[in-house]
Amino acid sequence: MASTTSALTRFLDGDVWHSFKESKVAMMAAVIAFICIFCALFADVVAPHNPFDLASLELMDARLPPAWMAEGSSKYLLGTDDQGRDILSALMYGARISLFVGLASVLLSMVIGVGLGLLAGFVGGKIDAFIMRICDVMLSFPSILVALLIDGVGRAMFPNAHDALAFMVLILAISLTGWVQYARTVRGSTMVERNKEYVQAARVIGVKSSRIMWGHVLPNVLGPVMVLATIQVASAIITEATLSFLGVGVPPTSPSLGTLIRVGNDFLFSGEWWITIWPGLMLVLIALSVNLLGDWLRDALNPRLR
Amino acid sequence: MLVFILRRLAQAVIVMLTVAFIAFMLFQYVGDPVTNLLGQDATQEQREALRKDLGLDAPFPVQFARFIGNAVQGEFGLSLRQGRKVSSLFVERFPATLELSMVAGLIALGVGIPLGVYAALRRGKASSQALMMLSLLGVSLPTFLIGILLILVFAVWLKWLPSFGRGDVVSFGTWTTGLLTVDGLRHVLLPAITLSVFQLTLIMRLVRSEMLEVLRTDYIKFARARGLSNNAVYFGHALKNTLVPVITITGLQLGSLIAFAIITETVFQWPGMGLLFIQAVQFADIPVMAAYLCLISFIFVTINLLVDLLYFAVDPRLRVEGKVH
Repeated sequence: MASTTSALTRFLDGDVWHSFKESKVAMMAAVIAFICIFCALFADVVAPHNPFDLASLELMDARLPPAWMAEGSSKYLLGTDDQGRDILSALMYGARISLFVGLASVLLSMVIGVGLGLLAGFVGGKIDAFIMRICDVMLSFPSILVALLIDGVGRAMFPNAHDALAFMVLILAISLTGWVQYARTVRGSTMVERNKEYVQAARVIGVKSSRIMWGHVLPNVLGPVMVLATIQVASAIITEATLSFLGVGVPPTSPSLGTLIRVGNDFLFSGEWWITIWPGLMLVLIALSVNLLGDWLRDALNPRLR
Repeated sequence: MLVFILRRLAQAVIVMLTVAFIAFMLFQYVGDPVTNLLGQDATQEQREALRKDLGLDAPFPVQFARFIGNAVQGEFGLSLRQGRKVSSLFVERFPATLELSMVAGLIALGVGIPLGVYAALRRGKASSQALMMLSLLGVSLPTFLIGILLILVFAVWLKWLPSFGRGDVVSFGTWTTGLLTVDGLRHVLLPAITLSVFQLTLIMRLVRSEMLEVLRTDYIKFARARGLSNNAVYFGHALKNTLVPVITITGLQLGSLIAFAIITETVFQWPGMGLLFIQAVQFADIPVMAAYLCLISFIFVTINLLVDLLYFAVDPRLRVEGKVH
């Protein structure tokens, strides 16, 4: 218990927390991100309706505008979609799926990227050259294109994929495009760390290479990785939304924000803007707040900017 | 010099071969071409006969070589979904995508550079800060959402511009263009703006930071000391020197414009290659996917190669380094 308290006080005394208190933008972004994540996590409890409960849907309530407009109903704050689902609730459940896919693919790409980057930077030689070549090639294509291709191949390989498999293909597609950034960052800092005295000292007392790599070098190169991961969460969520919007993302039975936008797009021309715009706004809010937090974190962790 | 060019060329060829290999594997193992052509209830003999006819019984390297030979000639077989030759589908769709990307690129340059210069010269002022905030929003907004917003405002609410298709086109042989008719121009406007937003913010931020960098240098101070007017310093001396990185970045971004066109084309139902590709992914239409993969990689590899060679021509330092190695 004592160690956690001291860690907490250390954190509260530290530079990072101090710069967080100073930055209004970071505070605001954190509040917005927190609300979004909270609503997404506890959608079951917070959401006013259950959009997946078919029994509670009433077609009479379909396509109602938001509550403050003339025909709106106070029962549905942000209006309803074509099947009479409450949009506010659908947003919360959708954000949960978007966040899940975003976080899972960032985690996976981080594991792949950090592992390969560490290997490339620490071992060097042919392995390094090979891994970096792959990175160069992948970076010369836009990530959305690579994700689309991997997703397309995955869909062609499992034409009758059930939901869980479709999720896995999607997460794999996004993470296989994202790992390159981590690999390059980690490789760079590993090559610096490799020549430092503590690594030489460890070598001298006979610590195994693999242990130096994972136990000693790894913790020292993780700082920039955290910043990168924060920003990548935003881009992974946007990539997921884009793929879902294009109709090749999450299965339609569990709609993410991108799927909601895709569905609502069909009703744009009849003037029912709210079916599309709310999920879009939610997506932008999440992406923007996460991006701002990432920017702040980068500045806070970079001593040169202080 | 020759060594550098040769090495770079060899790299490009290796990348293309890798991509071709992936496309070939797609053909070979993902969608079974025999089942696709004959249907599920063909007999074993029919399958074997067709297999022989198509040359699928040949050894692996021979098949791969044949595939490359066909791919170089632009032959990727028949589209599974539309039953037409893939090559003719692409010939039909290519002008639409190229036209959209070109217009978007022009908008990005034509608006991005002046805004970047403005933001640099007015650094710290409210207007420039607002512009930078706006550009952050432009980066955070996903492309498809920008398209949807533009459709909502300009097509649904204001009813100023059409929101899908290419409108009237003029054709020259196999090439079609919508840029020569008023209707076509009206149709290209919204998709092109959508596609350009991301590149525009990128160019604006780049020009701003380059410009700030250049304005700090000695020769700008010297130009001022000579008593040149502000405009002569800014546009005659500073801007000129910021344009080299801008041109290379724009060159590199040309490929990603074509790739991002996939999203824009889906939003606006623009009949280009991107829409074709998305439909291919949805229906697991392997020949079209493979052809798109090869074509787009070819475009990317060519552009990267050209930019590298251009660097080499422009930057003498690279040449010296080449000699040392």
